[in-house]
Amino acid sequence: MALTTAPDPTRRGPGSARAHPQRRGPGRFRHSEGLAGYVFLSPWLIGLMGVTAIPMLLSLYLSFTNYDILTPFSEVEWVGLANYERMFTADPSYWHAVRVTLTFALIAVPLKLAAALGVALLLNRAWRGVGLFRGLFYLPSLLGGSVALAIVWVNMFNRDGAFNSLLSLFGITGKPWVNDPDWALETLMVLAIWQFGAPMVIFLAGLKQVPTELYEAASVDGAGRLRQFRDVTLPMLSPVIFFNLVLETINGFQGFTAAFVLSNGTGGPVDSTLMYTLNLYITGFTDLNMGYASAMAWVFLIAIAVITAVFFSTGRFWVHYSDGEDR
Amino acid sequence: MVAVTPTTAAAPNARRRAGGRPVLRLLILLAIVAVVLYPLIWMVGTSLKSQEEIVNNVGLLPERFSPGNYTAGWSNFDVSFGRFFLNSAMVSLLTVVGNGLSCLLAAYAFARLRFRLRGMWFAVMIGTLLLPQHVLIVPQYILFRALGLVGGDWPYLPLLIPQFLATEAFFVFLMVQFMRGVPRELDEAARIDGAGPFGIFRHIILPLSRPALVTTAIFSFIWTWNDFFRQLVFLSQLEDYTVPVALTLFIDSTSQSAVGPMFAMSVLSLLPVFLFFVAFQRMLVEGINTSGIKG
Repeated sequence: MALTTAPDPTRRGPGSARAHPQRRGPGRFRHSEGLAGYVFLSPWLIGLMGVTAIPMLLSLYLSFTNYDILTPFSEVEWVGLANYERMFTADPSYWHAVRVTLTFALIAVPLKLAAALGVALLLNRAWRGVGLFRGLFYLPSLLGGSVALAIVWVNMFNRDGAFNSLLSLFGITGKPWVNDPDWALETLMVLAIWQFGAPMVIFLAGLKQVPTELYEAASVDGAGRLRQFRDVTLPMLSPVIFFNLVLETINGFQGFTAAFVLSNGTGGPVDSTLMYTLNLYITGFTDLNMGYASAMAWVFLIAIAVITAVFFSTGRFWVHYSDGEDR
Repeated sequence: MVAVTPTTAAAPNARRRAGGRPVLRLLILLAIVAVVLYPLIWMVGTSLKSQEEIVNNVGLLPERFSPGNYTAGWSNFDVSFGRFFLNSAMVSLLTVVGNGLSCLLAAYAFARLRFRLRGMWFAVMIGTLLLPQHVLIVPQYILFRALGLVGGDWPYLPLLIPQFLATEAFFVFLMVQFMRGVPRELDEAARIDGAGPFGIFRHIILPLSRPALVTTAIFSFIWTWNDFFRQLVFLSQLEDYTVPVALTLFIDSTSQSAVGPMFAMSVLSLLPVFLFFVAFQRMLVEGINTSGIKG
């Protein structure tokens, strides 16, 4: 490591361009600063190696083996690409899990963001009481990811649940939604949308940044409310929309807790809530197929990286940064 | 990333633009409040219904309050819920300490110190921000098990060790951003007085970073308290269970009689998060503008 090497006085670290002249202090301080940098960084570096990097490499290796936790490491068998072959050609439940996850993300994420933006627009006025509404709407985002709330949710959409008693007020006879393979995933989507508060708060902050002169100019030019929304609000808000979209999509792919609670860890009924991460958990920790689960984890990681990259490469066509910089 | 610090400057103009139909808007907002709060009120209401009322009274609130579910749920399993709550509290509080300490040290290095490869390490740290924990869980389990830490005398080490090693990159990033706002002139003054990097950390950065530490502490606590995935994987003995893992035991017992106690314990398990929400509402809501992206 670079701990013992003498600092190179010509090297310009990040941010040094803004350095004050007096910061180029005596050499002794620079030296101790380089050393101190690594001292302060050491817990993070150890964590990066031990908790992130080495497990990732181990997982890559295991994905080419048939490792289950029971056989000792010395007897682990190298199986080449067999796990990946199985995943792509011979495992219908894998593709089913991919479909479930994509369906969930493609429906729940846009609806959640639409709800977040809609409510943010309703709240985007300076009047008394905004803080209260904002807080109340944010509450589900704090509670919604927990096991407790998933339990409540499942019971709410059960045969005798609150949702059906609400429907019965309108003379509709409901069904046990969570036990119906056609509806179980939808109840989880509603749970995700219910947690619209977190992106809403970010939208609200973004809306406050839109200069009011733009609206004034637009209304002088005769633009109505809708036109202003389309031609001023949406473009000015596009960086925040982009930010929320990337984060919520990545979060959406990782949904685990509610699916686990609804199906008691099986992905049922009839695999209708078999989210990718739940399938991975079942493969690795119920079936103890850790080699295969590692292969799934790597494909998941690559898929998320690709999707993020696609977002960023298409973003340049619709994300507008007001400082004029192309990112 | 996107700068989304709220400003109040636009407020007067926004009010002028408001116009429209405030009554209609208020009605829509109240309807949304009803949708948002309905599940929560129903949860509390059901937890206070007697067994008979759970079956017969589908209404939001019980006709007669019967707190019996709370005592029944508390001792529903061989190990009492008191133990599960203690376990959860211990894991959450130690996570708060671990994240606060280790992320602060790393953030100070990134924000203030110049050392070789700093730019590269910072990029790596940002890269780990979006790394899903599900990708690492299998190899981490194998490694911790190989070290004899899974199901050991104190099975919480696999949950806590990563938290003491600043692996929650999100908090490191939050603190780096915060420290960049601390005036460098303070460092200069301390330096002229003879303070080194450690002295500056101790006397300038540490005291001034209190707001970032508080935000980190609150979010770490809530996220760990609510976390299920890691605790499910690493805890296998009933007496070691945390509240979320213990709650899933209720799902196994499918009998209708468990619904009341299950709801009672669910309410109790959300209570700490709710109290945090009441106490720090403003901070939590503003905090996620720079931070609370999860959830």
